[in-house]
Amino acid sequence: MEIQSCVSILNEWDIVAARQLGRNVAKELGFGTVDQARITTAISELARNIYLYAGEGQLCIDRLNENGKAGLRIIALDKGPGIPDIRKVMEDGFSTSGGLGAGLPGVRRLMDDFNIDSDPGEGTEIRSTKWLR
Amino acid sequence: MYNKIAGHIEEHREELEKIWKDRLINDGEERIIDVMPQHIFESTSTDFFDIILLNLKDKGREYKVKLVNFSDKVVRLGWPVALVMKGLREFVHTVQENLVQYGSIDKEREGDYLELLDKWMTPISNEIVQTYAETWEKTVSLQKMALQELSAPLIPVVDQISVMPLVGTIDTERARLVMENLLDGVVNHRSEVVLIDITGVPVVDTMVAHHIIQAAEAVHLVGAKCMLVGIRPEIAQTIVNLGIDLDRFITTSTMKKGVELALEMTGRKIVELEG
Repeated sequence: MEIQSCVSILNEWDIVAARQLGRNVAKELGFGTVDQARITTAISELARNIYLYAGEGQLCIDRLNENGKAGLRIIALDKGPGIPDIRKVMEDGFSTSGGLGAGLPGVRRLMDDFNIDSDPGEGTEIRSTKWLR
Repeated sequence: MYNKIAGHIEEHREELEKIWKDRLINDGEERIIDVMPQHIFESTSTDFFDIILLNLKDKGREYKVKLVNFSDKVVRLGWPVALVMKGLREFVHTVQENLVQYGSIDKEREGDYLELLDKWMTPISNEIVQTYAETWEKTVSLQKMALQELSAPLIPVVDQISVMPLVGTIDTERARLVMENLLDGVVNHRSEVVLIDITGVPVVDTMVAHHIIQAAEAVHLVGAKCMLVGIRPEIAQTIVNLGIDLDRFITTSTMKKGVELALEMTGRKIVELEG
């Protein structure tokens, strides 16, 4: 069972909208404040990556319910330049924009599952799930 | 043709107004009308009707001025733009059907009348959309200014100590202001220690952290120390998860502890008066 809501990321303020959506859904599903902060931070990172590197894209939030386990899945979709070396971007401290380079590896640590799919020139899709415990 | 229509509208005004209102209410726009109390809808739609009529009658004489006033008023009435557009459309249909019903126009010339009515309405709807857009743009820019004003103030609390409370989302523009105000303030107030309070920042992601770290390094360069205060427990955990290194910072959970520490660093402390 999945219910999806999406936010288009076109400018910096859409990141805030995506975050707000994520926080509301997380709250509804019954996540605690710490997990809410983790989820919103993860959304913030992924949405900002779309804004910074792809220019535009979509960020969707799924409400999951698998075998009685509730969860929240973040899907970040863009048709940007893609990531040539995924192993490299998952290393702490690697950044092409002069940032901290903690975004993607950080998201992996903030969430439970993390899956990245990227074709150079085609775009990137990142799916990441947090389960309610 | 023009006078015929205007005359007809004037003559059957009450009837037209009633049909028009019923149509607005019953034609699926209930979602919008539901949120409005009945009497407000009644009085506003009467106003609306008046204004449309006024525009029709006064065509040619100070038409432009009237049109502008009209749009301003419609926007002020606070109707959703979709409802206003629907109102104009329904007005055309109501009048046209009424004209046919009373036999005021010939069946074969119906198209011409409809065209004429449409021609009247086009500049009105253009003007209204324009006014709506301008009002929104104005609101947005005013809010932007208001936001900038409360963006990143640096407050000198005691000699050598200043505080910058940050409330709300930090975007690139604001991060730039934080840096500027911090450096200006440190130099102007001759601060030794500045406290950046992030109690009111909802999310600290790598970008926010990066900006704060940069600001702190810049403060260091002008010879002051920077302290990060107001780190809530959940923010502390996400910062750890993200793997952000804040070791070079002095951090405290609350502003109170931060101020005490800052006083200590500048060789002072708060004592209670005896007696």
